[in-house]
Amino acid sequence: MTPAEALIQTRQFERVCEILDDHDRDPRSLIPILHAVQEEYRYLPEKVLAFVANALDIPPARVYGVATFYAHFALAPRGKHVIKLCDGTACHVRGSIDLLGAVKNELHLDDDQHTTPDMLFTVETVSCLGACGLAPVMVIDDEVHGLLTAEEAVKLVRNVRHGEEAAS
Amino acid sequence: MMNHVKTLETMATEYRERTRSIERRIVVCAGTGCIAGGSLKVHEALVRVAEERGLDVKVSVRYETDDQHPGSSIHVSGSGCQGFCQMGPLVTLEPDGILYTKVKVEDAEDIVTAMIDGSGPVTRLLYHEPGKDEACTGPEDIPFYQRQTRRVLGDCGRLDPEDVGEYIAHDGYQAARQAWTHFSPAEVCAQVTESGLRGRGGGGFPTGRKWRLTLDQPGDHKVVVCNGDEGDPGAFMDRSVMEGNPHSVVEGMLIAARAVGADRGLVYVRAEYPLAVSRMRKAVEDAKSLGFLGDDVLGTSRPFHLEVMEGAGAFVCGEETALLASVAGRRGMPSPKPPFPSERGLDGQPTVINNVETLASIPLILRKGPEEYRRLGTATSPGTKTFALTGHVANTGLIEVPFGTTLREVVETIGGGVTDDRGNLIDEPFKAVQIGGPSGGCLTRDHLDLPLDFDSLGTVGAMVGSGGLVVMNQRTCMVKVARFFMQFTQNESCGKCVPCREGTRQMLILLDDIIEGRGTPDTLALLERTANTVSRASLCGLGKTAPSPVLSTLRHFRDEYEAHVLHEHCPAGQCEAFSVPEIDPELCRGCMVCLRRCPVNAISGSRKEPHVIDPEECIRCGACVEACKFNAIVGV
Repeated sequence: MTPAEALIQTRQFERVCEILDDHDRDPRSLIPILHAVQEEYRYLPEKVLAFVANALDIPPARVYGVATFYAHFALAPRGKHVIKLCDGTACHVRGSIDLLGAVKNELHLDDDQHTTPDMLFTVETVSCLGACGLAPVMVIDDEVHGLLTAEEAVKLVRNVRHGEEAAS
Repeated sequence: MMNHVKTLETMATEYRERTRSIERRIVVCAGTGCIAGGSLKVHEALVRVAEERGLDVKVSVRYETDDQHPGSSIHVSGSGCQGFCQMGPLVTLEPDGILYTKVKVEDAEDIVTAMIDGSGPVTRLLYHEPGKDEACTGPEDIPFYQRQTRRVLGDCGRLDPEDVGEYIAHDGYQAARQAWTHFSPAEVCAQVTESGLRGRGGGGFPTGRKWRLTLDQPGDHKVVVCNGDEGDPGAFMDRSVMEGNPHSVVEGMLIAARAVGADRGLVYVRAEYPLAVSRMRKAVEDAKSLGFLGDDVLGTSRPFHLEVMEGAGAFVCGEETALLASVAGRRGMPSPKPPFPSERGLDGQPTVINNVETLASIPLILRKGPEEYRRLGTATSPGTKTFALTGHVANTGLIEVPFGTTLREVVETIGGGVTDDRGNLIDEPFKAVQIGGPSGGCLTRDHLDLPLDFDSLGTVGAMVGSGGLVVMNQRTCMVKVARFFMQFTQNESCGKCVPCREGTRQMLILLDDIIEGRGTPDTLALLERTANTVSRASLCGLGKTAPSPVLSTLRHFRDEYEAHVLHEHCPAGQCEAFSVPEIDPELCRGCMVCLRRCPVNAISGSRKEPHVIDPEECIRCGACVEACKFNAIVGV
């Protein structure tokens, strides 16, 4: 590890320590703690999970168990733009799977892949966003788009990519 | 005590003073659906245009703001979900009673002009009933609203959810004050028991009895938990209440706390609902700052502390004991009952857990009295119920009807008929209505006159559940619907007990066998046996009800299952394994492109004549579908 890397790492843990202190280092607050950590890093790095377990004086297995149990927590880095496709009942009966197929096809992702190699996009399905009146629904970076067709969904993704290309 | 009696009335008077100059109100729906349609930008545009026209515009009349405008003014405010999500963004004009639908930023100009000129509503923005020429001016003309009785949802679409002053001006927190200062805990329990209110989270357990059981437990510290972990895919009423009228939930919890003698409470909200989380937090903060929560609730010197916690995405956390495990920072796994949470819940203290809609109903009961509450609904299911009406139906959205309303009224009158995938009305009856989500069952046209209530739904193998109503048209394959729910529960099974963990997986495999053409009559028998075992032997409600969609579709659509396993045919034409490749003679131009592209020479025909595929020869590679410019080839 280079000195620079080491420095970054200590700083990272400083932020984790702040989060832990905000929650009085109470193991009962593990879920809010993990929420805050994920807010900071966009995912839950394994090293941080181990650190949290140590700091709370609970087994790492328990932290890992909680982190993997809940769908909201991600253990792998996610792309810059997170696309969530709703596959709740209402969206499902109105063709959400076609949307998913079209978007994954557009981004050249196969069944097991969720994130593009350039780390620009992560595609996830969620069980229900509670916007069933607008089914089928897709969320790009917390912006909800409803009543979509597969073509419209692909167009939205292309717009984001064009925005990225223009910016670089 | 007197101090607070005065305070509530003073606050209401102050609010009325503050809003006295308001001549008109433009209410822009700021529910999730309308925001997705751009309602926040519509709000901005309306404010901008109105100001350009020299009107005195107020955006906020919040309790804390203290600007007094002389003369008349208009108030452009946001509201919670107004229910008619599909027609959003929605804009209501008060007191005119005009409802505009599908409003865009460009429409702001016309809306304000028509309002100033008094030239009547902008006709093109009004709702038009399909197939009728006349426009509907306001909610009372629209069939979607006409048949509803919006009690719990009523204030959702009217009040500014972030303005505690407006809630108070609409009699808010008076029921809580009454409970804390005039009634004993036992009297509060008795009132709720008398109203007959049953839990809206799924099971339908009488709320008053649940409270009484918790009240009777010994102990100085008790807990009230609001279950806002609305995980049923296809239901969003709890979300709308938390986003649209968060103070009704806080007030409901205050009353529950008084009834059971709790000194702390917790609102557990799904992580997928960020707006609900922030609105609930703001409501709790506001209630705290006004002395409704804290060490000295409403001047009674008794404490009640309330917190909001965000879940992290696990359906099973809707189960009481799993929710409590999650609150304690563990995996959300259920534990065997007894002990029930009312005996030993959070941190070992007696805990009462109620659903959002249940709690939001409580202030209404205390305000108007149990008799008034019982006036609607049926004898064993009093009151109203919200349903999320979605799927292949013309009017999707959130509705509220008295218990006992028939399925026909809900789907045909309020829903406005059946549609295709794109939402276009089609002239055919629905095939099934799935009620109660992954724990519920399906209803068919035989049940059109079945009253929707706890007991009659139970008799046909369905349940009210959370109140999701998903309408499905004839082109929906019921085996695939059962598989969809099984996939969901299998994913969400926490893995603690074997029947649920292994049983749901086996059922999923069996359903895949049927859908992919490997099924035999034995598959159906095995599926049914496994389903019965899982439902009897699982630890918690998730497992016990996981087989319901399978059992219910087997009961009502057995012929469809049999078509798959006996005749290798999917009646809805949705299962690829049974699809027969065909060329539509209407669409085929006879261009011979597909014929040349086919690697096994399965397509025959001559130029300018419709071609034909030989299903025996076809290897379903899809090359012809890609080659055809006229989308004439289906079933490959």
